[in-house]
Amino acid sequence: MFIKQLQETVKDAFAKKIELDIQSGNSKRFLGRTPKGAALSIAQYSGIVEYDPAELVITVKAGTALRDINSALAKNNQYLPFDAPNFSTESTIGGVVAAGLSGPIRPWTGSVRDYVLGIECIDGRGDHLRFGGRVMKNVAGYDVSRLIVGSMGTLGIILQMSFKVLPKPETSATVYFDCSQVKSIEKITQMGLTSLPLSASLWVANKLFVRLSGSQAAVAKGLEIIGGNRCLDNDLWQKLRDHTHSFFHGGSPLWRVSVPANSAVAEIGDECLVEWGGSLRWYKSSQQNEQFHEYAQKCGGNAILFRNGDRSSDVNGKLHPVLGRIHKQLKKSFDPGNILNPGRMYKDL
Amino acid sequence: MNIDTKVIEPDLSPVGLKGLFESFVDIVGESHVLTEKEQLYPYECDGLSAYKALPLAVVLPATAEEVCEVMRLCHKQNIPVVARGAGTGLSGGALPYEKGILLSLARLNQVINIDPPNRVAVVQPGVRNLAITEAVAHLGLYYAPDPSSQIACSIGGNVAENSGGVHCLKYGLTVHNVIHLKVVTIEGELIEIGGGGLDTPGYDLLALMHGSEGLLGIIVEVTVKLLPKPDVAVAILASFDDVETAGNAVADVISRGILPAGLEMMDNPSIRATEDFVKAGYPIDAAAILICELDGTEQEVKSQIILAQDILSQAGATGLRISESEQERAKFWSGRKNAFPAVGRISPDYYCIDGTIPKRELGNILVEIDRLSTEYGLSVANVFHAGDGNLHPLILYDANVDGEFARTEELGGKILEACVIAGGTITGEHGVGIEKINQMCVQFSRLELEQFHRIKAAFDPRGLLNPGKAIPTLTRCAEFGGMHVHDGNLPFADIERF
Ligand SMILES: Cc1cc2nc3c(=O)[nH]c(=O)nc-3n(C[C@H](O)[C@H](O)[C@H](O)COP(=O)(O)OP(=O)(O)OC[C@H]3O[C@@H](n4cnc5c(N)ncnc54)[C@H](O)[C@@H]3O)c2cc1C
Repeated sequence: MFIKQLQETVKDAFAKKIELDIQSGNSKRFLGRTPKGAALSIAQYSGIVEYDPAELVITVKAGTALRDINSALAKNNQYLPFDAPNFSTESTIGGVVAAGLSGPIRPWTGSVRDYVLGIECIDGRGDHLRFGGRVMKNVAGYDVSRLIVGSMGTLGIILQMSFKVLPKPETSATVYFDCSQVKSIEKITQMGLTSLPLSASLWVANKLFVRLSGSQAAVAKGLEIIGGNRCLDNDLWQKLRDHTHSFFHGGSPLWRVSVPANSAVAEIGDECLVEWGGSLRWYKSSQQNEQFHEYAQKCGGNAILFRNGDRSSDVNGKLHPVLGRIHKQLKKSFDPGNILNPGRMYKDL
Repeated sequence: MNIDTKVIEPDLSPVGLKGLFESFVDIVGESHVLTEKEQLYPYECDGLSAYKALPLAVVLPATAEEVCEVMRLCHKQNIPVVARGAGTGLSGGALPYEKGILLSLARLNQVINIDPPNRVAVVQPGVRNLAITEAVAHLGLYYAPDPSSQIACSIGGNVAENSGGVHCLKYGLTVHNVIHLKVVTIEGELIEIGGGGLDTPGYDLLALMHGSEGLLGIIVEVTVKLLPKPDVAVAILASFDDVETAGNAVADVISRGILPAGLEMMDNPSIRATEDFVKAGYPIDAAAILICELDGTEQEVKSQIILAQDILSQAGATGLRISESEQERAKFWSGRKNAFPAVGRISPDYYCIDGTIPKRELGNILVEIDRLSTEYGLSVANVFHAGDGNLHPLILYDANVDGEFARTEELGGKILEACVIAGGTITGEHGVGIEKINQMCVQFSRLELEQFHRIKAAFDPRGLLNPGKAIPTLTRCAEFGGMHVHDGNLPFADIERF
């Protein structure tokens, strides 16, 4: 019923050229460019469709709260290994997939798209499409499911998705070291070249925090090797993931700079926080935007204006002209009327 | 859709071809444009030798710039292009197109950069999968995806097929282990997809390129992730009296929280064939064996071995052996890794199927394969990536017996349809190519196939890249009968121009 109605709504919007602002838990309203158009909520389309722990696969509807999925998986000692942020308790899985954001564990286990096996969506014509499946391996047709991850609702309204899940590590432990940013990058790079069971890193305010996860024996041995001081803040990683950590407080523009892990440290911004073994660097800044793009490009990465600042600007930077052309054609192929979250990702998409 | 209207017909007259070949020679040099029949034969098929064709020419560029120039020329003159890596593909993906050229990437075979601190390597597409691991082994690093063809297949082909291997349950497929690509578009422009960091803004074109089978662009550079070699790896060889019990044991291992590095299964015909061939020490009377590999730190592996042994015996394993040395572990694997050639020894020809299913369907699908095998009078040996539900039934046949290949193909098609009905898909890792193009009509609806064609057109509006592969036209599906097309309403009939 819900799907039929939704299809009608989209068909009607397509015919009448009505722009749609797709919403669910609204925990990531701040992300991307300013939303516009008629509100279309899919929050009510929720629930776990299928979950068989022995398959390592879960299928859920888009409006399902992330916390509900996490607790269903936890009962079987499993988890979504990309550790998606819960920017509010209302975060839903559809939004997680549309935004494609992963948490502190990402360099060691993978990102949202790495675990998506299949997606059902409604495109900008109102057609109901299914790509991928509920099996681990599938190379039939183009990988549209993964293409839709991170597309900010501009390619289709996500209805349902299947994920690969993994057994939860038996235990985790965190230690910290007092050190400069430069030293912290050296240290974490060195650790990355060994078989230590790393599962998160954070450098902030001249401290490097390192988490190890795995079997009791492996974590104990790892702690013995790396030394450091035990960190007693059990919520540290959750605070980092959900941006409730004090670094993320305040209203100044927040830049998310994704670079090769071992990139040189830059003296830019007012304050800096580094995670993902060095490959994700957050900057708070009241200064010019250009320097973040320049720095990121110099390192071979990219920068986006994640939160605050001017949300009508090119928050995701600019695409290379040929890539821009391909993006536009892809957008048009899914959404010929340009009615799905228009302009949310890039001005003209 | 973006169909180019100014399309000129290519001039394939002897004079036209002569001019075309000369232009290729200007770009890549005389010895790298092959046009004589005897030169073309080695390129007539990939690993699926049942399909053969000769291209107009084989062009072998040596650099990304040369690839750009070749593509610009082909685009200008409307010459279709089929990319080829090492030609080990099993679905006819690199099968030449008679009115086009075959673009071999074999000469782009350099490891460009190894960057240990960032744990990545930048390589050209013609580099062999195993050569990457060999190039970084001295640093204690390796490239994880390991298709059984890894000594021969190219990394460019791996990306184009999104290849898996026996270790992908834990370490992922090619798509999980590549962070950046350089791709040449049909227009001959060089683009960069992905980046040096882990996330890139914009649509995930990196994912889209994986498994695109040479239909969207030519991959000319690949940046792969490298992993530290695990301290220890141990394999358990478990034997079972019946196949279903073995199938259930797979589910037990996984639901008890173990994530094996590899979890493979072989049935009795495969066991016997490989044992005759490589003497891996497999129990030839077992109905099925499982190879379960655990890796990680010494402590981790120790505790997991105990648990896994326990689970496997409880699940009904009749015999358990644990590798005591690297040598013994390699021996356990040697059988599995040589299963295809081993089966090749007991039958004049074999045909490899690549369906996937939810693991709980393993028992049912085996019964169904058995039934179909009897119905068609053709034997089947089964080799599975059991941990991720990827089946490789090998149908044994004799190409010299009239009609036997046709029957084999039909049986293969039926097995794939059974996989789709069981909730799975028609290909886990070998790709659609030309081989499974009809089964695509079973797997996808008209609307979904149309969307695939539109994606193709976003990159290649004239359909010059690998025409006729991977995505069936709606006409073809209508003929196959797997799908219903309304009143000659075929919006993409124009795509099959060549
Ligand atoms: C004995 C044997 C065992 C195998 N085991 C496995 C296995 O365990 N797992 C698995 O996944 N596969 C396996 N395969 C299949 C095959 O090896 C893989 O599909 C491999 O990735 C193909 O690589 P290739 O270089 O040979 O590509 P090719 O066969 O040359 O080409 C494959 C496809 O990729 C396209 N292509 C190639 N290079 C490029 C490029 N640079 N740019 C754009 N498109 C390109 C071609 O057009 C074609 O469509 C096996 C094959 C054999 C023969």
